[in-house]
Amino acid sequence: MFYTVRSRLITIGIVLALSIWALIPTNTTQRVRDAATGRMKDTTIRRVPINLGLDLQGGIHLALEVDQSKGPVPDAAEAIRRAERVVRTRIDEFGVTEPVVQVVGNNRLIVELAGEKDPARAKSVIQRTAYLEFRITDMKNLFRDALPEVDKALRQAGIKPAGQAAAAASVTQLFGADAGAGKGRRAKGKPAAKDTSDVNAPGALSSLLFQGQLPGEYLVPEEQVPVAESLLARPDVRRLMPRGIELEWGNEVSSRAARSYRALYAVEDRPIITGEELQDARATRDPLTNQSVVNFVLSRRGGRIFERETGRHVQDYMAIILDGRVQGQPPIIKGQIGQHGQIELGAKPLQEAQDLALVLKAGALPAPLTIIEERTIGPSLGKDSITDGIHAGIVGVALVILIMVVYYRWSGALAVSALTLYVLFTLAGLAAFGFTLTLPGLAGLVLSVGIAVDANVLIFERIREELQHGKLVRTAVDEGFTHAMSAIIDSNVSTALTAFILYLVGTGPVQGFAITLIIGIAASMVTAIFVVRTFYMIWLERRPDMATLSV
Amino acid sequence: MIRLFANANYDFIKWRRWAYGLTAAIIIPGFALFLVHGLNYSIEFTGGTLIQVQTTQPVGTDRLRAALDAAGIRDAEIKQFGTPTDYVVTARLGTGGVTAEGSTQATAAAVDSALARGVGAGQYAIVRTEAVGPKVGRELQGKAFLAIFFSFIVTLIYLAFRFEWRFGLAAVLATFHDILTTIAFIRYLDLEVSLVVVGAVLTMVGYSLNDTIIIFDRVRENLRKYRRQNLYEILNLSINETLPRSVLTHGTTMATTLALVLLAGEVLRPFALVMTFAIFTGTFSSIYIAAPLLMYIEKRWPGQDARGARAFRPTGAVPLDAPRPPSPPAPGGSRSKAAV
Repeated sequence: MFYTVRSRLITIGIVLALSIWALIPTNTTQRVRDAATGRMKDTTIRRVPINLGLDLQGGIHLALEVDQSKGPVPDAAEAIRRAERVVRTRIDEFGVTEPVVQVVGNNRLIVELAGEKDPARAKSVIQRTAYLEFRITDMKNLFRDALPEVDKALRQAGIKPAGQAAAAASVTQLFGADAGAGKGRRAKGKPAAKDTSDVNAPGALSSLLFQGQLPGEYLVPEEQVPVAESLLARPDVRRLMPRGIELEWGNEVSSRAARSYRALYAVEDRPIITGEELQDARATRDPLTNQSVVNFVLSRRGGRIFERETGRHVQDYMAIILDGRVQGQPPIIKGQIGQHGQIELGAKPLQEAQDLALVLKAGALPAPLTIIEERTIGPSLGKDSITDGIHAGIVGVALVILIMVVYYRWSGALAVSALTLYVLFTLAGLAAFGFTLTLPGLAGLVLSVGIAVDANVLIFERIREELQHGKLVRTAVDEGFTHAMSAIIDSNVSTALTAFILYLVGTGPVQGFAITLIIGIAASMVTAIFVVRTFYMIWLERRPDMATLSV
Repeated sequence: MIRLFANANYDFIKWRRWAYGLTAAIIIPGFALFLVHGLNYSIEFTGGTLIQVQTTQPVGTDRLRAALDAAGIRDAEIKQFGTPTDYVVTARLGTGGVTAEGSTQATAAAVDSALARGVGAGQYAIVRTEAVGPKVGRELQGKAFLAIFFSFIVTLIYLAFRFEWRFGLAAVLATFHDILTTIAFIRYLDLEVSLVVVGAVLTMVGYSLNDTIIIFDRVRENLRKYRRQNLYEILNLSINETLPRSVLTHGTTMATTLALVLLAGEVLRPFALVMTFAIFTGTFSSIYIAAPLLMYIEKRWPGQDARGARAFRPTGAVPLDAPRPPSPPAPGGSRSKAAV
């Protein structure tokens, strides 16, 4: 397959193109806290898609366990999964790009917040008790009816609608068509539940909202969420909100026609029941209908309240809200429910039902978390580490290049050019598999440059030996590669095995180091053997009569 | 063309006793110190609190110490960290009477407020905080030993599969020797043993094995090539043949580790120092520990062709296919070392 120079060059070209493609800077949306207003906003930054570890970009690393000091928690493993679910729900409160929430082992939760600077705030957000409530959605569409007034108020405040739809409608708006449209909608009265037409009237707020599938559900394009949030937080808008109605964001992002939307729910401000009354929740698959269901049990008191409330709200939708986030799509209440209830998820996978059961239980059995490890790294320290690491890398690599070129001359130069490919491949490998570059990883990368040339050194020394035995240049090159192969493979495999064990046993930064080492070993085998061999083939093809080799 | 140690013909194995003496002189005092004082473990292993402070002016450790003493935080270690405006305050668990989970974070907060009073708010910035509970530390200690243990087992299996168990055992024992010398080295320099340093030790294990395997690979090849030579000669020949490679590779690796020692900053320095030492001990043990050990093992449990039994009787014979005289070591020199 790789006998011709052509096929080899094509292979190298493809790998090279893939590596460059993996390293092209991409736009990443980052939610950051606006220093002036204190609220979240989206900014887009362009960066090379290599994840930097906390030690390089600064941030907070927390390891948490279920607190068992005040009496044992019956099922700690399940409690930590509940806690994970809760922390995931709250993760938006941190303005970080790639938050990590991960259960490690069976009773530990790792939370990593890159770029977050305030450990006290992070800890309080994570350790806060989960709050679960059931609320009926805005069945009478009170919020929708109030929208024209809100738009009017916003217009008076001089806020122009954002986006293209609004710009096109700006003329009619000037002539007061907005009020008429509002009246028309009001005349329609209570619409059918399956109304998918948007309420896209020209208005600063209403232009952002699209009617969802059920009453009180609205969809907001993902990129407009911060705008909608800031509009809804204005005092003049809050004053105009219908009495007894509150707005809560959904926890999921749905995509339709290549755009992603976040759901916004108008719900009653009074919960029909809270997590305190919940005792248990379990996900199962109904054997008859093969549907995923969540069965839940309420306390006796809760059962009485729930029976009364659900009796009044048959055919209404009930939003399940955990820590101010509506979880999934609100289910419909089919009839009066007492102490034992069931939520049907239809054909959705059992996984989703289990997830919902965790949400319900998180509200019912809050798991107290204790922090067993905390690391905070300031952003300036991370930057210094990167700068120092890069300086060390440049000097180290320059020395390696010098040694190789002085000692092996032209062959050394070939190895050095393969070395640039090596660095490129390693970085691309880190980017492509989404591994994280840590400070020890950076050290591993620098170190591996020194070790990477070992394969070439072995090959070149072998070629020199063969030449000394009086072999022809072409034969010497061939035999040099063949004979050096077993040593290269055995030594690299044993190093990779040690690195792999390091990865299995280590945590965080050390794992990053092991990964860098493993990718580095793989990349160095490819470049030292395959790429350098190809260079030799080209060289020998051009100078078939070459009597001496510059090695 | 520059050629270092081309066609070298040193009798390395002859000097093995001297080498044993040298390495024992390093390991034994280091180990005695290790047994008396233990190692300087980082808070990752002991549990505790670490706070790195950057001050606007060089304040000196004394002033920081006074600030902490005033707040009643004693038993905390204060060290300058690289530049005169960088300091690290370490309070290990068990020394300051803090043992409970969560108390490590309280210590971090206490240090912050003590500094605000003693150094003045705005005069310093906390750039790094680590608070590790006792549980995490205990787990890590166990894990570090497990990692080294498993890497030995896996390597032994791999080498037994690729070579034969005698080679594997010699290589693993030589690597074990490297761990001993490295512990002695860490003890001599009183380096802080963090997770990253354990990572360096494991990388050292990989590097040293790598070096041993390169020589053993040549031994394997030469055993097939020169049927009449005994193991002593084959080992010497193989070490000499791979000498130029060793010099070059260790040179390039050394270039990178030294660059890391000098330029990569304070956090990585212990890692880089251990790696630099690893190059020396790895090279040394491949030649003077792994190779003689292979000879003893072959003598004790002879392999297929039973040449191990003749390991110490130089034949001086010329190989049958003789592509190049392997230049056996001087018979007199090796015979004097024959009785082991």
